[in-house]
Amino acid sequence: MYPFTYHRPDSLGSAAALAGSADAKILAGGMTLLPTMKQRLAAPTSLVDLNSLSDLAGISVAGGKVTIGAMTRHADVAASEEVRKAIPALADLAGWIGDPMVRHRGTIGGSVANNDPAADYPAACLALGATIVTNMREIAADDFFTGLFDTALEEGEILTGIVFPIPAKAAYQKFRNPASRYAIVGVFVAQSAAGVRVTVTGAGENGVFRVASFEEALAKDFSAKAIEGIVVPAEGLNSDIHADAVYRANLINVMARRAVEAAR
Amino acid sequence: MATVSMTVNGKLVSRDIDPRTLLAQFLREELRLTGTHVGCDTTQCGCCTVHVDGKAMKSCTLLALGVDGSHITTIEGLAHGQELHPMQAAFRDHHGLQCGFCTPGMIMTAVDMVNRKGTNLDDQTIREELEGNICRCTGYHNIVKAVHYGAEAMAGTTKAAAE
Repeated sequence: MYPFTYHRPDSLGSAAALAGSADAKILAGGMTLLPTMKQRLAAPTSLVDLNSLSDLAGISVAGGKVTIGAMTRHADVAASEEVRKAIPALADLAGWIGDPMVRHRGTIGGSVANNDPAADYPAACLALGATIVTNMREIAADDFFTGLFDTALEEGEILTGIVFPIPAKAAYQKFRNPASRYAIVGVFVAQSAAGVRVTVTGAGENGVFRVASFEEALAKDFSAKAIEGIVVPAEGLNSDIHADAVYRANLINVMARRAVEAAR
Repeated sequence: MATVSMTVNGKLVSRDIDPRTLLAQFLREELRLTGTHVGCDTTQCGCCTVHVDGKAMKSCTLLALGVDGSHITTIEGLAHGQELHPMQAAFRDHHGLQCGFCTPGMIMTAVDMVNRKGTNLDDQTIREELEGNICRCTGYHNIVKAVHYGAEAMAGTTKAAAE
């Protein structure tokens, strides 16, 4: 590892001040950032570790919403009885991230702020119409994910929590790369009073996206059969050694049908 | 340089380190606890697994400063003197290793698994929970068997044996 400056602030204010300086990077769980730094794919000159900000970790369910603090670990979301009761799809999703050791350290805030095109949480945020809360403002998930590893977060802005409205029904289905456990295709389906949303991670060239044709069909008839014949175009989908764009396009339909059947 | 303090296998240690020092490096190079292995260095193989405040984590992907003040248990902290931890004994008795490189991580993950899932583990649970540990020798069958019997042997002694 190359040399860098390490900060571990004990207040959100000082964290924001430190994070605002040039070439600083926020360290949450570090499950992506540290390997990325080892490979020099990222080379921040200073790290601002949020692990002393215990106020940023925690789960609460009230008023039809699940609020999860940014520093809440995947293992804690997966094991939360409250989350499993309110949005079982979200607990399932958290339990399928990485492996047990990664889930003990990795955080929801880190995952969402990083917006890896194959990460799981962005699909849940967009499908459930979540609100991303920062130290400065609230951002609708619709406006948050702006492209590959890109979000609406500004310099020095720190994601502090995520508010998920509880849907009537939802499910997440993931076709995993068996080595990395990232999604080759992951589909999150949510039905609520506002309608049906279908989001896809792992497949899009620009990260997470919605599938309007599925949403329209499922709004009329929430059944796997309703989307069986709808072809997702391969344009704009990733091709790599694991799966080409045509394969991924087909997989989106398969995983979406499974998600509709699993929705509860 | 920065000062880091943590409790490793029950003993409080404090050292001045370069901030870039990873926990795995700290354990191996500063404390000479070389039972924690670094296989891939990319968070995939699980050889470097240790317990941080009772939870299994990959020490190649943690900064030592990031776990300042924590309680760490490494493979060296499991046995009681000459008496192996039941999970270590099970790996030996059931041929859960060949070259042994992945074994410290396998055992630390297995003990964490028992702490969370109990001592009566079915094969599917064991295989799912071992997702983050890679072995190049055994084909996993004997590792799964060893975890199964090691978990049974831990029954009744789980709490004392865990940390």
